[in-house]
Amino acid sequence: MGNSRRDFIKISTLGTAGTIVGSKYLLAQGQQSILENPKGPWMMPKDLERTPTYCEVCFWKCAGWTYKNANGQIQKIIGNDDDPNSNGRFCPRGTGGVGMYFDEDRLKHPLIRIKNADGTQSFKKASWDEAFDYIQLKLEKVIEEHGPECIALFTHGSGGTYFGNLLKALGSQNITAPSYAQCRGPREVGFIATFGDGLSSPEPTDIRDTKCMVLIGSHIGENMHNGHVQEMSDAIDKGATIITVDPRFSTAAGKSKYWLPIKPSTDLALLMAWIHVLIYEERYDKKYVEQYTFGFEQLKAHVKHMTPEWAYGITTIKPQVIRETAREMSYASPATIIHPGRHVTWYGDDTQRLRAVAILNALLGSWGRRGGFYIPDKAKVPGVPHPPYPKPARTWRDAMGGKYELADLALANGVCDATVPSATTDCGIKAWIVNGTNLIETLPNRPNTLEAINALDLMVVVDTMPMEITGYADVILPECTYLERYDSLRVTQHREPTISLRMPAMTPKYDSKPAWWMAKNLADRLGKGDYFPFDSIEEELDYQLKKVGSSLEEMQRIGVKKMDRPYDDLYYKDGEEIEFNTNTGKIELYSTSLEEYGFDPMPKYTAHPEPPAGYYRLIYGRAPMHTFSRTANNPNLTDLMDENTVWVNPKVAKEWDLKNGQEVYLQNQDNVVSTFPIKVRVTERIRWDSVYMVHGFGHSKKQLTRAYGRGASDTELITNIMMDPIMGGTGMRGNFITFRFNKA
Amino acid sequence: MRYAMAVDTKKCVGCSDCVVACQTENDVPIGYCRDWIVEVTDGTYPQLELEHRSERCNHCENSPCVRCCPTGASHYSDGGIVMVTKNKCIGCGACIASCPYDARYTHPKGYVDKCTFCIHRVQKGQQPACVAVCPTKCMYFGDLDDPNSDVSKVIKKRKYKTLIPEAGTKPQLYFLI
Ligand code: SF4
Ligand code: SF4
Ligand code: SF4
Repeated sequence: MGNSRRDFIKISTLGTAGTIVGSKYLLAQGQQSILENPKGPWMMPKDLERTPTYCEVCFWKCAGWTYKNANGQIQKIIGNDDDPNSNGRFCPRGTGGVGMYFDEDRLKHPLIRIKNADGTQSFKKASWDEAFDYIQLKLEKVIEEHGPECIALFTHGSGGTYFGNLLKALGSQNITAPSYAQCRGPREVGFIATFGDGLSSPEPTDIRDTKCMVLIGSHIGENMHNGHVQEMSDAIDKGATIITVDPRFSTAAGKSKYWLPIKPSTDLALLMAWIHVLIYEERYDKKYVEQYTFGFEQLKAHVKHMTPEWAYGITTIKPQVIRETAREMSYASPATIIHPGRHVTWYGDDTQRLRAVAILNALLGSWGRRGGFYIPDKAKVPGVPHPPYPKPARTWRDAMGGKYELADLALANGVCDATVPSATTDCGIKAWIVNGTNLIETLPNRPNTLEAINALDLMVVVDTMPMEITGYADVILPECTYLERYDSLRVTQHREPTISLRMPAMTPKYDSKPAWWMAKNLADRLGKGDYFPFDSIEEELDYQLKKVGSSLEEMQRIGVKKMDRPYDDLYYKDGEEIEFNTNTGKIELYSTSLEEYGFDPMPKYTAHPEPPAGYYRLIYGRAPMHTFSRTANNPNLTDLMDENTVWVNPKVAKEWDLKNGQEVYLQNQDNVVSTFPIKVRVTERIRWDSVYMVHGFGHSKKQLTRAYGRGASDTELITNIMMDPIMGGTGMRGNFITFRFNKA
Repeated sequence: MRYAMAVDTKKCVGCSDCVVACQTENDVPIGYCRDWIVEVTDGTYPQLELEHRSERCNHCENSPCVRCCPTGASHYSDGGIVMVTKNKCIGCGACIASCPYDARYTHPKGYVDKCTFCIHRVQKGQQPACVAVCPTKCMYFGDLDDPNSDVSKVIKKRKYKTLIPEAGTKPQLYFLI
């Protein structure tokens, strides 16, 4: 189809007689037959009353059990007591994960985009053979004409392991997830610059034993990062002091001893003032700072003028409150956590803000200490043997002209930008495989995303649900849900290393298939079968498990296996010699690596634009019963919350004459108007200069029957992106909205 | 024996896990629930207070629903748990009207349904499903006649309130404040 316009297709409009778009490249269909699991459903014990899984509703990956009822239907999912991520308790989304399986709006068959006689485009139901034929030929053409590095993978799900293997086997490193540059990337870079190590997931915050925890805009309890919610509750029970900084009276703020209702976008000034107080009141951990850190004197001079009085004028937080809270942190230290948060791409200076967070933790001596940050461990599970990966001729980084070199992972927006044809950034990416991420809702600046998609020769979307992104695909591959498949072992870091197994509780519904199987079939067709050396995923898992002294059979019965932590090194020992992974081998209060790349070695507060009159800063966040936009159609979870609302302070409501429950459209500073209206929630819980909405609603795809048109999408209103010059994060909190009473 | 439950409003985050866990445990159809969340905000910005409560049947000691049930379907079971015998229930709805807590609903199959304190689990020595799932561990269940039960201990230690005590129903759901 060359560069012809790609129409957004509603999945229900199934064409029948049309020609497959780009069919001139297609050989006779079914040129290669589909691999079936040669041994049939291998080692699926019949006597299990429950089958192990780990949850796929969010990235926390809690391990649990799927139970069936007497009719052999899935009844419930319950946490596994041996799992450190969940401690036997799933969050509402995980408990409601059953709804993913039962959702009748699921993708049911492979679909291929066709051109009808009247010039319109629609999707045609296809066999897996047809779908693979189509993808194979298109990929072969891209590889031949442009090179294998012109294929990119966007993934946010377990299938990424297998499609990632396929991409690397073909010779592309353009593998990315929006969880980095749209979410936690600045935090990783800020912490790496300071401690030489990032945080990864689950973050090794020792909340269980903390005496004081500071949350900066992080709304634990509304974000259900399960282990953290649980441990925060334990800490509250034990009398820990919680300090929450948020322009919104979040649930966490409601549980806190101190709530600092900060003026949005000024957090960095508050952090610097806290650093000032700790240093000038000599409340930092002197021994720790002396032994482990580099650049204390420079930092001291740098923050000299950043007094609480200075910060008051910026943040509206009273100097005495700034001092008092800094003292609380110091009394509790080292059992104090300045929580790094997770979604931190706010204002474009996010790496520097997270640097300030890291510096505070360093001054309090909480890194590597009980009640601060523990040192996580991870089981070492050997990978699957395969030939070496070819070295790609170029990657998305080449399109960036030397920018964002400190990014330790690929930028989803970078790959997207590298796809948009342009004189400066075009990297000639021609094909996207998109697995389990609804890029339309996850990448900010939607017009840019659509432009990139329009420039593609092929887009394959692998998903369980007809998310918006599927409407732009050339081929849609229906993935079965996590309750119907095996996946790679979960090997995540924690206090003690564990591995856990996901196995199917049910056979896949409809004509859906697991990602492993799709990637292997494509690899075989593209001559890369060596990279998938096993005939079935069961054999692959059994091979890996036997290498670590377990087996598939054992894991099917226990679900989670605790592995040895060979050394007693959860915390640093008193006075222990430590070499940090930084240039100086010390914790860098003064960052030599940032300096090397031409950035400020120590964080500086800069003012960010403020909403013009009649506009309000758009703040978005999470609700405990939903994960981004991916759960918005889940029948069990929509039952708990089926739309978002826009939170408006009563003063603002009065000014605009807004009533609770009234529907309004939102319009941003770039005159983008929300596709759907959203209900107003008049509440004291939000500042008068901001509005708040939960992310992930306002779906525009009719096939999502429960989600369509419910609430509004924050993503479509996020068109102003404040780029982080250090690592390319997309700051999204510089958007301002106003109210409209009708759409036109 | 006197079964009771305490919910710590200082820890509950209003996540609704208890609601969905109850639905999947007890085959409560989507669109209905045996337990639910109440969120109360007090004050004006920035002097605010927030309370989350996971509410359900209070298993009252003096239950208007049991009293008014014409067929005896609503009754007290072990430890004072208020139960409805499905096949005796004619779905008249008298109990629904009498409950000051709005804890009952008519199941699409025609009978009245409500929280059972998960008696089927309790009899096996397990915790109720909502208590077992709660990520904040903010709920305590047990026998008030046993001074060593979780619920007795926490009620002794903490301040609490009950809902609509003036209705005289002697509710057995305690909210720690
Ligand atoms: S936190 Fe909740 S949604 Fe995420 S993995 Fe755990 S149970 Fe699943
Ligand atoms: S599960 Fe626990 S924290 Fe969540 S709403 Fe219910 S009682 Fe509250
Ligand atoms: S005790 Fe059982 S029936 Fe009652 S609300 Fe909890 S889960 Fe539902």
